Amino acid sequence: MTVDPRAQRPSSLFSPNVIHEIQRAADQGVYDIRGFGAKRQVPHFDDLLMLGASVSRYPLEGYREACNTSITLGTRFAKTPLELDIPITIAGMSFGALGSHAKKSLGWAASEMGTSTTTGDGGMTNEEREASKHLVYQVLPSRYGMNPDDLRRADAIEVVVGQGAKPGGGGMLLGQKINPRVAGMRDLPENIDQRSASRHPDWTGPDDLEIKIQELREITGWEKPIYVKVGATRTRFDTALAVKAGADVVVLDGMQGGTAATQDVFIEHVGIPTLPALRQAVQALQEMEMHRKVQLIVSGGIRSGADAAKALAMGADAVSIGTAAMVALGCNKPVYVEDYHKLGVEPGCCHHCHTGRCPVGITTQDPALEERLPPEKGARLMRNYLRTMVYELQTLARACGKSNVNNLEPEDLVALTIEAAAMAQVPLAGTDWVPGRGGF
Amino acid sequence: MVFDLDETELREVNSRLQAVKPKDNMRDFLLSNPRGKHNLAVGLDADMRARIDGHVGFYCAGMNKRAEIVVNGHAGPGVAENMMSGTVRVRGNASQSAGATGHGGLLVIEGDASSRCGISMKGIDIVVAGSVGHMSAFMAQKGHLVICGDAGGGLGDSIYEAVIFLRGKAASLGADCVEKEMRPEHRETLERLLREAGIEADPAEFRRYGSARTLYNFQVDNADAL
Repeated sequence: MTVDPRAQRPSSLFSPNVIHEIQRAADQGVYDIRGFGAKRQVPHFDDLLMLGASVSRYPLEGYREACNTSITLGTRFAKTPLELDIPITIAGMSFGALGSHAKKSLGWAASEMGTSTTTGDGGMTNEEREASKHLVYQVLPSRYGMNPDDLRRADAIEVVVGQGAKPGGGGMLLGQKINPRVAGMRDLPENIDQRSASRHPDWTGPDDLEIKIQELREITGWEKPIYVKVGATRTRFDTALAVKAGADVVVLDGMQGGTAATQDVFIEHVGIPTLPALRQAVQALQEMEMHRKVQLIVSGGIRSGADAAKALAMGADAVSIGTAAMVALGCNKPVYVEDYHKLGVEPGCCHHCHTGRCPVGITTQDPALEERLPPEKGARLMRNYLRTMVYELQTLARACGKSNVNNLEPEDLVALTIEAAAMAQVPLAGTDWVPGRGGF
Repeated sequence: MVFDLDETELREVNSRLQAVKPKDNMRDFLLSNPRGKHNLAVGLDADMRARIDGHVGFYCAGMNKRAEIVVNGHAGPGVAENMMSGTVRVRGNASQSAGATGHGGLLVIEGDASSRCGISMKGIDIVVAGSVGHMSAFMAQKGHLVICGDAGGGLGDSIYEAVIFLRGKAASLGADCVEKEMRPEHRETLERLLREAGIEADPAEFRRYGSARTLYNFQVDNADAL
C-alpha cells in the first residue's frame, strides 16, 4: 500500500517533539536538561510597535542631534552609584558555564562601551575583574566562591533571588564542565553534576533580606549599589518586596531568560514572559512612588535596540542581555558544523551549553574549543553588537522626539495583538483600547 | 577600646573595627549593650579581638577574616556566615544557619544551635557543645561539623565532602548521608577540633557521617538498548 502524504495527519497534541520527548524520557528515566532559554512562543516586544513623531510630535534629526544614553544605577542608598554610558548591561553568566575567553570578551567589550558585566554562580575571577571596568558581583544561594574581598572589589552587588529561566530553582552545572579550576572555585569535587540550592542558606523572606542587604552594605561601607534580581513570576509583589528590603536596583528576568543548564520543564513552564512582568514591576514602583528612584533593569529576550527601546518606553531604566550576548559571540553560528552534528543538532537549534562541548568555544572549559573564540575577536564582536544596539535605540528614540532614551514613554507604544495590549497595558494599534481598562 | 551600642551607631562601630590595620596597637575591642542588634562586627579583616557582651541579632561576625570574636550571649541567625578564617565563639545558643557557607576558620557554639547549622559549609570547622536542629550540614561541601549532643532530622542532607562527628543521636539522616568508619585519622582530627574549641568530650563516643556519593551524578538509563 502506498503512503498518501495527503492522508498524513500528525497530532497537534502529540507532535513530533512531544513524541520524541516521551520516548527520550522512557529511554533515560530522567528529565531533559539543556541550556538556552524558552523556545515556546510567548507575547514579546515584537508584538509592540513604536509611534514615531508626525504632526503632533516632532522628531530629532537622526544622525546629528544628541540623544543621551547614559544611566546612573544605585542612586537610592549607595555612596558610589554606577555610572554607565549605555543602558544595556551584560547579565550574570558564571565562569564555569562560560569559559574564560567568553568572560574576557564580554568584559573588554563592556568596558569599551562603558557598561557593566556581571559575575555568576561561580564567583569572581581575576581575569574577569581586570577585564571589566564595571563589574557586578552576584550573591547567589550557592555562595560559590563568595568572599568579602571580592565583595569589596566589585562595583555593585546583585543579590540573586531568582532567574527567569528557572524561578524557584537553583543553578546546575554538569560534571563534564567541572574541571579542576571550576571545582576549586566552588569547593566541590571534580566531575560531579553540580546542583545549586534554590534558596539562600541564611535568609528567608523580605524581612530577612532587608537585614542581609544591610550586612552587605556594612561590609562594603555603604559604597556600592545593591541590586536584587528576581525571576518573573509574582512580579508586582516581588518588586515591591525588593524595594521594601532596601534594594537600590531591581533586576527583573523574564521567562525567556537563558540558562547554561536546567530542566527543560522548568525553562518552558515556569514564570511569566518579560512583557507583562515589566509592566507589573513598573506598576509596583509607581505605587510606591519609587519609579526612577529605584532603578529597574529588565532582561529575558532582549535582542536588539528595538527591544531595548520598547522596554525603556514601558518604564525600565536599563536592559540586560545574556543569550543575545552569546549569540553575538557566535552561539549557534553555522561554523564547525560537524561538531554541532556530534551533539545531534543543527546550528540554529543548539542548546547544548550544559554538555561543555560548545562548538564555538563559548560555554566550554575545553581549551581546544576555547581557542575557537580568541578574546580579542570576541570582544570586537561584542562591542560591535552593543554599538549597533545603541545606534538602533537612539534611532528609535530620536524618531519619537526624545533627546534622552530614558524619556521614551508608554505613549510611544502600541500593541499588535490583544494579548500584548493587555500584558503591556498599551493600546491596541489603531484604537484607544487597552484591555482591562474598559471603555471599548 | 569600648563601644557602648546604646550610645554609638552600628555603622561607626563596624567602621572602626574594619579599619584595624596589621600593625595597629589597638586590637582589643569590647562592645556592650548589643541588645540583639544585627550585623555586628561583620567584615572584619585583621588579627584582632572583639568581645560582645550580650545577645546579638542576625549575621554577627559575618564574613569574618582572621579576627577572634566572642559573643557573651546568644546569637541570632547566620552567626559567622561565610566566615573565611579566624575564630568566632558563642557562649550561649545560636539560631538557625550558624556558620552558613563558611569557607574557613573555627566557629564554636557552647550552647545549642538551631536548624541548618553548617548549611552549605565550604571549609569552616564548627564545634557545637550542645545539640543542633534539623537539616544541619545541608549540602555541606567541606569542613567539619562536630556535634556533642544530638541532631535533628535530616542531618547532612545532600552532603558533599564535609565530615560530621556526632556524639548523640540523629533524629534521621538526610538524603545520601551515611555513617562511615571512624579511622585513626578521623579520631585525630576530632581530638584537634575539640581541643581547639576548648570543649571537653571523649572522641571515642562520636560517630562519623558523610556522603554516600550516590547523588553526585544523574542516573541516566538506556532502556532503548535492551
